[in-house]
Amino acid sequence: MNIIDRRPNPKGKSLPNRQRFLERAKHEIKDAMTEALKRRKVGQNASGEKVSIPGHRINEPSFHKASQGGMRDYVVPGNKEFVVGDRIKRPPSGDAARGGEASPEDGGEQDSFEFVLSKEEFLNLFFDDLELPDLVKTKITDQESTQPVRAGFSVNGNPSALNVKRTMRNSFARRISLSRPTLREIAALELQVQAAFDADDPEGAEQTKLELEAALRKTRRVPYIDPVDVRYNRFERTPKPNTQAVMFCLMDVSGSMTEQMKDLAKRFFMLLHVFLTRRYKHVDIVFIRHTSSAQEVDEETFFHSRETGGTIVSTALEEMMRVVRARYNPENWNIYAAQASDGDNYTEDSDRCASLMGNEILPISQYFAYIEVGAEATLRHGYPSAPTDLWRTYDAISAQHQNFAMRKVADPGQIFPVFHELFSRQRERAA
Amino acid sequence: MTGAVDVIERKPLFEGAEWDFDKIRRVHDVIEEIAVKELGLDIYPNQIEVITSEQMLDAYASVGLPLMYRHWSFGKRFAREEALYRHGLQGLAYEIVINSSPCISYIMEENSMAMQTLVIAHAAFGHNHFFKNNYLFRQWTDADGILDYLTFARDFVARCEDAHGVTEVERVLDAAHALMNHGVHRYSRRAKDNLADERRRAEERRLHDERTYDDLWERVVPKRQTEDIDAAQLEKERAETRRKLGLPEENLLYFLEKRAPRLQGWQRELVRIARHISQYFYPQKQTRMMNEGCATFVHYEILNRLHERGLVTDGAFLEAMHSHTNVIFQPEFDDRRYNGINPYALGFAMMQDVKRICTEPTDEDREWFPEMAGNGDPFGTLREAWANYRDESFVLQFLSPKLMRSFRLFKVLDEASQDALVVDAIHDERGYRELRSALARHYDLARQEPDIQIVDLDLAGDRRLILRHIVHDGVLLDEPTCKAVLEHLSTLWHYGLALEETDAATDKVLKTHEVAARSH
Repeated sequence: MNIIDRRPNPKGKSLPNRQRFLERAKHEIKDAMTEALKRRKVGQNASGEKVSIPGHRINEPSFHKASQGGMRDYVVPGNKEFVVGDRIKRPPSGDAARGGEASPEDGGEQDSFEFVLSKEEFLNLFFDDLELPDLVKTKITDQESTQPVRAGFSVNGNPSALNVKRTMRNSFARRISLSRPTLREIAALELQVQAAFDADDPEGAEQTKLELEAALRKTRRVPYIDPVDVRYNRFERTPKPNTQAVMFCLMDVSGSMTEQMKDLAKRFFMLLHVFLTRRYKHVDIVFIRHTSSAQEVDEETFFHSRETGGTIVSTALEEMMRVVRARYNPENWNIYAAQASDGDNYTEDSDRCASLMGNEILPISQYFAYIEVGAEATLRHGYPSAPTDLWRTYDAISAQHQNFAMRKVADPGQIFPVFHELFSRQRERAA
Repeated sequence: MTGAVDVIERKPLFEGAEWDFDKIRRVHDVIEEIAVKELGLDIYPNQIEVITSEQMLDAYASVGLPLMYRHWSFGKRFAREEALYRHGLQGLAYEIVINSSPCISYIMEENSMAMQTLVIAHAAFGHNHFFKNNYLFRQWTDADGILDYLTFARDFVARCEDAHGVTEVERVLDAAHALMNHGVHRYSRRAKDNLADERRRAEERRLHDERTYDDLWERVVPKRQTEDIDAAQLEKERAETRRKLGLPEENLLYFLEKRAPRLQGWQRELVRIARHISQYFYPQKQTRMMNEGCATFVHYEILNRLHERGLVTDGAFLEAMHSHTNVIFQPEFDDRRYNGINPYALGFAMMQDVKRICTEPTDEDREWFPEMAGNGDPFGTLREAWANYRDESFVLQFLSPKLMRSFRLFKVLDEASQDALVVDAIHDERGYRELRSALARHYDLARQEPDIQIVDLDLAGDRRLILRHIVHDGVLLDEPTCKAVLEHLSTLWHYGLALEETDAATDKVLKTHEVAARSH
């Protein structure tokens, strides 16, 4: 008999098959994911996703008999009261009484197929052909921040970096080569001296005593640990790529923004967050809401509290710059921003917005996306009467800045396509 | 470790739930002693492999085989099994066993030592004996060659993917998979395939095809000369063609592999691989109930003996029996859990029953089974049955009235034209034989799977392939899947085809499905 431990074998033997399956069902899975996304929170992408997809492209058909029609018989266990000739009402759709037949588990006629995508797979599919423009920040290659990396040993350094093992090894080698008497040898000599005294042998006692003193002298001359033994762990500062990003969510929460519009905005923010966590190790989210004044709030307040007042967009932009200056040095952080608004703005504020955007925010941002959420009614009947104030303002800027994009969204179904369009590789910017 | 089954030795082989390799080896050796010397089992050498649950899922996905070529459908299977497992809807099997020599049993690391003991007795001895001795496996599968052949298949598919692209390979494999149930020889025609030779022959075929390549078949679809056709003459020619092509042919994959005019060498080889794998599994499909029954009977017998001799503790024995009881549970027809007759339950019960008839027969048994009742050799009788029967014939031969009563079997007739089902036979004197043959029919694959044959081919004309489904009892094919399969068939055949559903009794064509020729 042979017994083999296969546990150390590589896992995921069927991974290539799984990838092929996903590839094949890609279209269906994407549709299913768009649905699933609507239920998620902005920051909630740490888990995989259970998807259920219609099965036509992944069916494995085989010839089998129809489940209805013709004459058939069943042999079943558990007769309680039937006798020959009894008539039984036909059970609904023939799945109840199946005799010794194999159950048609591989029948391939399932209407939909349900399984779980891992987080990796979910995100991969989600961002299949998406790419943020100018994604790799110049800072990543600029070697601005560094981190210590072990690099051997050195003879000087911080006491906390003392390498005891190395130090003791050197000390031991030196003690052996300089033949420093060991404690045991000294103890043995002391015993000999004592023994000689006890044996009334003053000459021998004197002799061994001299030896003992010589040994003790040598012990003092050759120290247990000498500064030459000491070794420290050595660290080198190696440049660390910049892997953190901050995402600003700006939203108009004034009375003109309905729940439905906020919901649209939320979905857009969520997609952006999913995207950023994919690119960066660490992603901060900052929520800034504004009416006629702006403030940084937590997510709950951001989406659910209502404010009244006018609309001055520049306050939000100023708040964003304040937070950047306070916490997110553009040297170290990749800054992304997404703004959602219904387009209302105090007319006199437009110039201020334009200059804040053009001179301060866009130069330090990796990407700034503006989406204008509109009530469905206004957009559904063809063109909205006139571009909103904010739209006009931003429209003027967008031509000069590659890292700025703006779109209109009217219902949840448009979120994904719009996002896709905003970030797609072949994006052709309307100049 | 010989002589371990010693009456004097009362010390349990193991205590506690933890297992280690040493315990497994010890238990295996003791079980082997009992299995070979006392039950008279004849087995392939055993190879026991310990795997994780993750790897068990992998093994599920590749239809239980240790290696397999790549195909998306295995990924799909994996996704489904994983979803079921992760949601706790389905536990994993404790073991998977492969019909190969040496016989490989996978056991899971999560199992307790009691479960490992059960699993070793079940798989490494029960299934192993069945694989080695049952006539269907002996006749149709090549236990020595299967692993090598699978290696060849995997490498061949990978090479084709490199050469022709994954999509092209998938197209052929998808089509071949759809026809796999109709890719087996049901009756022996020649010596079983020697899979080792198979690899060499594949290479020779490829070379031969290259040397004798003739593209006339591909280019020219002959036009029929509509004048001067003599109907009788034409019919004679077609009969001659049919004879030459070996029609009718029920092994659809075989026919396509040999005759499909536009397949290239590598495509034929892919079809052939699917066919071989289908053939490899064919005996398993026909003997599922017996195979599981045999394994369950063997583990039950062995565990009881181990326990009687104090070689397993009471706790371990109870744990194993608990799992045993779950496995052989048979819900009744009106139970929500009912999903057909549990092969473990019926197989185990029948084999226990055979043992009873051999040792303590009643008068009824003597009347029904005169040749084995009271023969005092239960294991000999069972070994004989395991070797020479399949599910269908085993039920027909060995299902006793007592068992029909204890399962409370009854037969229901379902006629589409009637608005109610009719109870046709129950477990009483008048019903036994009817019940028994009806149940046996349900285990007959040739009757359960639709009977489809290639019957004609218009070689002189448009090369239309004619298939026939011989309809029994008016049960037609399921239409949507039939359409899909025919599409797959036509990717392999390239020309038009038609499937006629013909009533077996009257020869009347009930329905025709057609697929037009592929335009190129």
